[in-house]
Amino acid sequence: MIAVIHQHKNKIIFVSGTFIVIGFLSGLLGNDRIKALVLIIATIIASVPIFIKAFQALRVKAFSIELLVSIAVMGALTIQEYTEAAVVTFLFLFGNWLEARTLEKTRSSLKELVDMAPEEAMVVRDGTPLTIPVEEVMVGDRVIIRSGGKVPVDGRVLSGQAFLNEAAVTGESIPVVKNIDDKVFSGTIVDNGYIEIAAEKVGDDTTFAKIIELVEEAQESKSKTEKFLDKFSGIYTPAVVLLSIIVFVLTRDLHLAITFLVIACPGALVIGAPVSNVAGIGNGAKNGVLVKGGEVMDKFAKVDTLVFDKTGTLTKGKPEVTDIKTFTQVSPSDLLGLAAKLETISEHHLGQTIVKEAKARKMNLAGGVENGEVMKGNGIRGDVDGHHVVVGNRKLMELADISIPKEALMYAINQEKAGNTAIFTAIDDRFAGLFSIADQIREDAQKALTQMRKDGIKKIVMLTGDNQYTAQLVVDQLGMDEYYAELLPEHKVEHVKRLKEEGYVVAMAGDGINDAPAIATADIGLAMGKGGTDVSMETADVVLMGDQLTQLSHAYSLSKATIRNMRQNTFFAVSIVLVLLMGVLFRSVHLASGMFIHEASVLLVILNAMRLIRFHHKKEKGKGMMQAAQA
Amino acid sequence: MTKAVFQLEPLTCPSCIKKIETTLSKTAGVESVKVFFTSSKVKVEFDESLVQASQLEEKIKNLGYPVLAAKVS
Repeated sequence: MIAVIHQHKNKIIFVSGTFIVIGFLSGLLGNDRIKALVLIIATIIASVPIFIKAFQALRVKAFSIELLVSIAVMGALTIQEYTEAAVVTFLFLFGNWLEARTLEKTRSSLKELVDMAPEEAMVVRDGTPLTIPVEEVMVGDRVIIRSGGKVPVDGRVLSGQAFLNEAAVTGESIPVVKNIDDKVFSGTIVDNGYIEIAAEKVGDDTTFAKIIELVEEAQESKSKTEKFLDKFSGIYTPAVVLLSIIVFVLTRDLHLAITFLVIACPGALVIGAPVSNVAGIGNGAKNGVLVKGGEVMDKFAKVDTLVFDKTGTLTKGKPEVTDIKTFTQVSPSDLLGLAAKLETISEHHLGQTIVKEAKARKMNLAGGVENGEVMKGNGIRGDVDGHHVVVGNRKLMELADISIPKEALMYAINQEKAGNTAIFTAIDDRFAGLFSIADQIREDAQKALTQMRKDGIKKIVMLTGDNQYTAQLVVDQLGMDEYYAELLPEHKVEHVKRLKEEGYVVAMAGDGINDAPAIATADIGLAMGKGGTDVSMETADVVLMGDQLTQLSHAYSLSKATIRNMRQNTFFAVSIVLVLLMGVLFRSVHLASGMFIHEASVLLVILNAMRLIRFHHKKEKGKGMMQAAQA
Repeated sequence: MTKAVFQLEPLTCPSCIKKIETTLSKTAGVESVKVFFTSSKVKVEFDESLVQASQLEEKIKNLGYPVLAAKVS
């Protein structure tokens, strides 16, 4: 029965509206009896869904806005204000309908994302390609994706080559090329080409599924303002009932008391803050920025100090071996071979760079490492092919009691001054040679930092495990306020703590793995991560899926805009209620007109929040204008 | 323990959350209920030997919220 009424809610609104029009027409024709009768029918029809909802809420001990309206309508019927009763019920239903429509718009960003989810996959089983629903793909399946097709699961390219639009995951719609062994993500689209992949993560484990889940939970998690408003409305609604009773007792004017009841409904106040958050978080998700909830938005907007990790955050994080120099009779390629075999057990990006270089030279890295030990922040050591090999920084050489010849030290310093990281290598406790590894600064770093300073960042700090010279080189180019080099992960944590103690609100941006402790310590933890690693998505408050610094500056200005929007809405809602209450007490606002203004204010706060969906970076607008000027 | 996710029509009133949460959590066999207001989803964890997903769906429907899609895992 209830479900049936719900289904026909739109018809109920329409019928009640029609009856009201008929009522007014018969009133104009001078037939007041018919007018009253028709308006009563209109009221009863429109009241049914309202009463049901009020009753249901009451059963679970919740005071709903429907309850207030129900009481008011019954009151209005008692004092024979049929017009007002009919108009109020109609406006309430119609307003709800409009609200649902516009609310859907503020939620549209997430819906667009969800709609990108793949539905079918073509897999090869027993040698024949089959099209199956995406839920049935299993880890290890060989999946075929053709031009125009969606990647159904996360996986690795087995054969073929293609340009992929990764907007669903990174927010970046410029296609990127994928070759054998590259990772591809569910939800991304093959723009051009043909690839076959091995499924690695399926179902709810894919990065795309996790993004959706994160955003859904983020939109649900409430900011402090919202929590306050929630509590507030819990007390507010019964308080309004009580107040209107007092008004009635004092004035003996039932009409005034009922009007008061309707006007004081907390509509715009309750919905104002959440819609801003939902729209803001939705905007972020669409642009590859995951903000984990209203509280994060709130805090992020207050950040005045940015701390960056260098490698992988300010730089591209794709270091390359630029030079191999030996100082004994060992050949450079033998040195590379030994170091690379050892580094296969390391997860450090510099170690991985050495492995990559060896692979690029088609070296065979098979053969075990014995007694391998990772010296966190310093390097690695172990036995390879019968040799004891130590690979790492100066400190590790000192720790291992290996003396470095003067010429090698001079060479290392020169390499570092040119922006390289020098990696020292010793074989059988004798210094053997060094690798030079360099990483480029991101093209958008300068632009993003300048923008964020404009938006209110007062202090920018760089922390790096890298050497002084390399750090200095980056700082000179980007203009940091402070920098600290040759740090271990725990030192980074200490620096973040110190800045917090000095009274700064600190956001720490890192690549998410070795910076995880510092990211967790900061007021706001930001993780860069191409496609997002699991760790970064869990520890960070804000995840930049597209791995771009301009996304960081977008996120910062977005958080400020969202908080501003929320304040506007709250301020607007409170003032409307105050103005209306004054109007009621001075008897210039009536039941129907009060309801109208009330519903209009709810729509206005939603419309205001909708502006956030289209919120764009100021700079991008600027760029557009510049292009226009050039044209 | 079975988990079900019900997709509802867009929710508009915050009091709907309490309605659905209270009704479902009173049902025997239901372990936890979470209503996602923004995405209009209900996530329920329940014991399948005591209650069926279809019964939960029916309960939500009877409250006046049509279920558009259900996913049980």
